[in-house]
Amino acid sequence: MDDLLAARSQMAMSLAFHIIFAAIGIAMPLLMIIAEWKWLRSKDEIYLTLAQRWAKGAAILFAVGAVSGTVLSFELGLLWPVFMGYAGSIIGMPFSLEGFAFFTEAIFLGIYLYGWKRVPPRAHLFAGVMVAVSGALSGIFVVIANAWMNAPTGFRLVDGKPVDIDPIAAMLNPAAFSQTLHMTLAAYAATGFAVAGIHAFMLRRDAHNRFHRAALAIALLVGGAGAILQPLSGDSLAKSVARTQPVKLAAFEGHFHTEQGAAFRIGGIPDEAAGETHYAIEIPYLLSVLAYGDPNAVVKGLNDFPATDRPPVAIVHIAFQIMVGCGVAMMLVALWAAWRYLRGRRKQKWLESKWFLRLLIIAAPLGLIAIETGWVVTEVGRQPWIINGVMRTSEAVTPMPGLIVPFLTFTALYIFLAAITVFLLLRQVAASPRDPEPRPQEARVAA
Amino acid sequence: MPLETIVAGVMVGALVLYALLGGADYGGGVWDLFAFGPRSREQRKLIAEAISPVWEANHVWLILVVVILFTAFPPAFAAIATALHIPITLLLIGIVLRGTAFTFRTYDVQRDDVQRRWSLVFSIASIITPILLGTTLGAIASGTIRVDNGAVTGGFFRSWLAPFPLAVGFFALALFAFLAAVYLTVEARERKLQEDFRMRAIISGVAVGLLALTVFILAKTGAPTVRAGISRSWWALGLHMLTAIFAIGAFVTLWTRRYSVARVCAAAQVTLILLGWAFAQFPHLIEPDLTISSAAAPPVTLELLLGALAAGAILLFPSYYYLFRIFKAE
Repeated sequence: MDDLLAARSQMAMSLAFHIIFAAIGIAMPLLMIIAEWKWLRSKDEIYLTLAQRWAKGAAILFAVGAVSGTVLSFELGLLWPVFMGYAGSIIGMPFSLEGFAFFTEAIFLGIYLYGWKRVPPRAHLFAGVMVAVSGALSGIFVVIANAWMNAPTGFRLVDGKPVDIDPIAAMLNPAAFSQTLHMTLAAYAATGFAVAGIHAFMLRRDAHNRFHRAALAIALLVGGAGAILQPLSGDSLAKSVARTQPVKLAAFEGHFHTEQGAAFRIGGIPDEAAGETHYAIEIPYLLSVLAYGDPNAVVKGLNDFPATDRPPVAIVHIAFQIMVGCGVAMMLVALWAAWRYLRGRRKQKWLESKWFLRLLIIAAPLGLIAIETGWVVTEVGRQPWIINGVMRTSEAVTPMPGLIVPFLTFTALYIFLAAITVFLLLRQVAASPRDPEPRPQEARVAA
Repeated sequence: MPLETIVAGVMVGALVLYALLGGADYGGGVWDLFAFGPRSREQRKLIAEAISPVWEANHVWLILVVVILFTAFPPAFAAIATALHIPITLLLIGIVLRGTAFTFRTYDVQRDDVQRRWSLVFSIASIITPILLGTTLGAIASGTIRVDNGAVTGGFFRSWLAPFPLAVGFFALALFAFLAAVYLTVEARERKLQEDFRMRAIISGVAVGLLALTVFILAKTGAPTVRAGISRSWWALGLHMLTAIFAIGAFVTLWTRRYSVARVCAAAQVTLILLGWAFAQFPHLIEPDLTISSAAAPPVTLELLLGALAAGAILLFPSYYYLFRIFKAE
């Protein structure tokens, strides 16, 4: 493994690890405050128990997310010092704002997790709201910086150096809006589905457990809303990619030949040597419609881009297929859930279907898989560039030799952390209330 | 005052707050390892209660320092991250293990052997991380990170694997342990527990003094320009006097058990040590090749960053005050 590949692998592994915790960190507080708000309104203790149980799980995930995020902020420089030396003054702004959002999140998280008995209920709920809002903002600011790498604006290039820097214009880059919307919705959808799946699993043997029923309803409300809205943001993002990164769009689709009225491919295996995608189901005109809103639009194919500017097509295309497939499946599940719930006469019985619960269990990891593959699409699809059209990834890497060592070290460390985290979360789930009514000691303070 | 100097000042301020707040959390980890005697269990409990609600917020000061560095002084960040790749990577592993082990301990089985295992990871990481942090800062001050036309020369080991930076590492560890012990005398509710941490504060305070002397001696060859700044500038004598007054003040008040005053003295002492270093290195960000002005981002970036820092501070400090009032005011 050469140093560039080791650096890319370490960055990819660090991001793939952190994004799970980041996404849950964005969405979990929303679930917790909905439960707590329902407790304040109804005085039903089961919602307090729920908020506190969720908070316990979230505390573990938050800690891992905070430290793995710290690793990333340093790795930007450890692995890509040339990139940071070049781009720091242009995109440092969203990172600074993220710093304050993270501060707010950490402060109010401390109050939320440890302040159940120290602050009045309304102040406690307010702390939760602050965590939820600042968590979402943190994610948005970081994704804005990533969007700039895809659609760099806010500077002019003179002799290879950036001049006339405008950090605000850099933040308002053309990819920023759709990318942040897509990631934020993804966080809610993925977390909601993952949590709903866990509670669905517990309901299989204990169908009338009010605790798990309440939990599932809240999780599915958040996750389902995210999943149903997500295709809209995906469409907006695809159109933005078509404008700013046509070669990436072609790689999404394994689209090699420039065509008018291009077809949308489902499945298929791209053959980069031959410049063809085999075995795909093609839907005529749909790609032109999705990319440009016009069935007769011309979609430029990969073969018409210089070979040195093309991303690895097979990885991007397959990852894109998986992401879209997961997203569509989640949307369908969410629609079915909404239909079950909204049929008035069955309202009390909406969870009483083995098949529905089974489906929710199967759907639990789909959102997280979609997030992982979605970032593969974004990041691998931008290659060979670190700043699209401006700086190549190979130019940005550190001169430090032996990068395989930190890559393997962090990989081992993160596998260890992942195993412990899963083990501790399973303990939390296993200890959740079995009886329809919570026993009094379980309604007590968390931590 | 030029914008970049103001931004650098804010960055030093954030570093001071990280040392005073985040540093003490590491110090707590040190005393977790050295919890012994009849009240070792109570000592660990007090440390955990002191750290739990605040460590994640305190940790963000470090992130703020890094973000200001790479936004306002991108070439300096690139040079530091390149030359000090190895100690920073180790530092990160320490940060990860400290934070996660501490949290895992809280949520894992409350059985003694399990708890001891996590305590060990937590406390050893709490010792190694400050050493690496101090080593990193020592290397920046040492003048051995050379930057030529944006490229780092001078290798990946020489600047930090040397007596001076390593001594600064142990100095940082001693300072953090000292701060933690002093803070814990205030936070302990019980007389005997206070005495435990009073003894620890006095011992680590002596270690701080000895290591300060070691660092100063090693600086003669290890960081000559910064030492010259510390010992020859017009303000140096006054600063040393003031630092000494607070150091003595901390000892006297610990001796006489006026813990709240001791806490103020210890915090002031650490603040002045860091400010002394910052002034001695001024106007260099990395001795001797990068200055605050030569590494500075364009004015528009600095203006926006200062605006964001000011707006952020308005939001941050009241929230921070609220957090500490809830958990620290008794």
